[in-house]
Amino acid sequence: MTPRIRRLAVPVLTASLLALATACGGGGGDGADTAAKPGEKIKLTVGLFGDFGFKPLYEEYKKTHPNIEITENVTQFNDHHNNLVKRLATNAGAADVEAVEVGYISTFTAQPAKFHDLRQYGLDKRQSDYLDWKWQQGLGKQGGQLLGLGTDVGGLAMCYRKDLFEKAGLPSDRDEVAKLWPTWEQYIETGKKFAAADVAGAKFVDSPGEIFRAMVNQAPTGLYDQQDSIIVASNPDVKKAWDLSNQLTSEKLTAKLAAFSPPWNTGFAKGAFATIICPAWMTGYIQEQAKDATGKWDIATVPGGSGNSGGSHLMVPKQSKHPKEAAELIDFLTSKENQAKVFKEEGTFPSIPALYDDPSIQNFTKEFFGDAPIGKIYSEAAKALKPQHLGPKEAEVRVVIGDGLGRVEQGKQTPDQAWAQVLEDVKKIK
Amino acid sequence: MSALPLSVPRRHRRGVRHTLDVRVSPYAYVAPFFLLFCAFGLFPLAYTAWVSLHEWTLLDEEQTFVGLDNFATLLTDGYFWNAAFNTLSIGVLSTAPQLLLAIWLAHLLNRPMRFQTLFRISLLLPNVTSVVAVVVIFSQLFGRDYGVINWVLSWFGAGTIDWAAGTATSHIALSTMIMWRWTGYNALIFLAAMQAVPKELYEAATLDGASSFTQLRRITVPMIRPTIVFVVIVSTIGAMQIIAEPLLFGASSGAGGGAVSGGPDRQYQTLALFVYEQGFTKFDFGYASAASWLMFLAVVLVAGINFLLTRRLKGGLG
Repeated sequence: MTPRIRRLAVPVLTASLLALATACGGGGGDGADTAAKPGEKIKLTVGLFGDFGFKPLYEEYKKTHPNIEITENVTQFNDHHNNLVKRLATNAGAADVEAVEVGYISTFTAQPAKFHDLRQYGLDKRQSDYLDWKWQQGLGKQGGQLLGLGTDVGGLAMCYRKDLFEKAGLPSDRDEVAKLWPTWEQYIETGKKFAAADVAGAKFVDSPGEIFRAMVNQAPTGLYDQQDSIIVASNPDVKKAWDLSNQLTSEKLTAKLAAFSPPWNTGFAKGAFATIICPAWMTGYIQEQAKDATGKWDIATVPGGSGNSGGSHLMVPKQSKHPKEAAELIDFLTSKENQAKVFKEEGTFPSIPALYDDPSIQNFTKEFFGDAPIGKIYSEAAKALKPQHLGPKEAEVRVVIGDGLGRVEQGKQTPDQAWAQVLEDVKKIK
Repeated sequence: MSALPLSVPRRHRRGVRHTLDVRVSPYAYVAPFFLLFCAFGLFPLAYTAWVSLHEWTLLDEEQTFVGLDNFATLLTDGYFWNAAFNTLSIGVLSTAPQLLLAIWLAHLLNRPMRFQTLFRISLLLPNVTSVVAVVVIFSQLFGRDYGVINWVLSWFGAGTIDWAAGTATSHIALSTMIMWRWTGYNALIFLAAMQAVPKELYEAATLDGASSFTQLRRITVPMIRPTIVFVVIVSTIGAMQIIAEPLLFGASSGAGGGAVSGGPDRQYQTLALFVYEQGFTKFDFGYASAASWLMFLAVVLVAGINFLLTRRLKGGLG
């Protein structure tokens, strides 16, 4: 159940997934678009990146659908999405249900011919459940087909290590901590105080990359304008986020640990950084990596107001042999009850606003985070969210900027040199 | 009387069959290889050339013909030349010490000793280890904060080295992984060649009082020269194709940025990784195909140079 090797075993998984998925693609029944006969065994595959907390739900689903067998294929984030593009292009190997993260969603909603329109299976009835912008993200770019149903949203918060804050002589109560950093500038000031206290083996933040991402996500427009043109060079909010992120580096506040790398995982276990940008889905990740740190982590509000980071949709590729059953499964996995369950188990926050005022969510706390009221924190973050338009090559642009931040962090370039190279690289993105 | 006219055509027929057999059979026997080569070698090569002349993106339905545009862009692309330099650097850093080490190891194992087979088999062990396991483990050894190598270096007062961040350091780290996997393999090839060197030469040399090292230098190396050339060619071609090591190193060393770019500064992106980045993460197949073709030409060039060298360096005691 615990997928702690999921990031480490990337290549192994990719390879085996490729083999597995290809086998499945060739295998399954030939009657495309035809409903299964009663009693016929149906195998559904679900392609995910990381743990979505779906496994207990499959067991439950089997009780009401005994003829359906569900296999889950988990790959690493980038590999998952790249593989999906390849499988769509070659019309082979895609799972029946594929998860797509918002950074990639526009890439796929621009290809409506490659996916089933979920309206034909009646899933448009779910529209009233959803946050409006989350619903819009799952629609086809032309014609408004319903291509993906939302799972979670990533309302932002800031996770921090209480014990390290105490060692540095900073307040550790979450309300007090929130008051330390209403703005990102104040966050950096707090970081300087933390660094001045010189806590052994600990830096203030893991790396500038995720902080940059959070700052850009808080802006009204990010890397793309509404017309899908890249505006990295002209958007002052992007440049401001770039400058502030590099300030973290120049003040030596970062542990230089790239997100989702094995050393980053080790960093959690060793307490190598005191704060980390914390979309709801990150809480599950922290809990898994820092197993021995129960009660040491806590959650405060994020500097600079709310923003979204991450969140996914589930889609049914055209090549699925059992689109009807796959659509039913999506309906089940994203239902109100199940989104609430997954949140409590895995931390991914629901995209169904009716849940946000639900007492079971509002009153939900987690021992690992010092009984922080995480239901309340993320509900408020999600309610305050202003959605941002994401473009078709969002992920690629972010990698280019991430590389730039990395060059500054590794001392290869000054922020200005790195920025110039980022703009050059962005121009090449077609 | 009647048997004779009958038997002539029969014999004649057998003759045709026999000629056919002699003439055609050899082709039939080698055909499977050449058919497979055409299907999986020649056709992809030609098709890649065709693709390289197009603006060809994976998810787009239309491909426009652009002539040699991709090649022109490629030759002015700094990242391509950066990858070419890295490939050369990692290739030299891993191949040269590796071959010296392999010859020395083979020389040691060529002498009578106990548990000979055990030692010889254990040479091959690193080679049968999965490259994924090798890179994951070595990435941890070369870790900046918690790596064993930095820990050992700290005993000698050396500061913390960020192996993945530097150009030279990352090349050293990658070369180490490549050497670890291939030194034993090459040593076994050398060992096989050394077994064919007449023992009398060594006996005579020993009588003359030549040391073990002198024997290695003056007898063994000249006698196995063709094998050395062979191993150099194979290693060079292997070095051109390095991709798994830098890709996995990027994914597991936490150097930041996308793993396919070989570090945020592309400090260890090899040519093969460059092709992979263009083709399979940016899905720009036209550009990736053009890069593959230039790589192919480079391999042909290197193989050609090696061939000329082989012709000049004949084996035997000079």
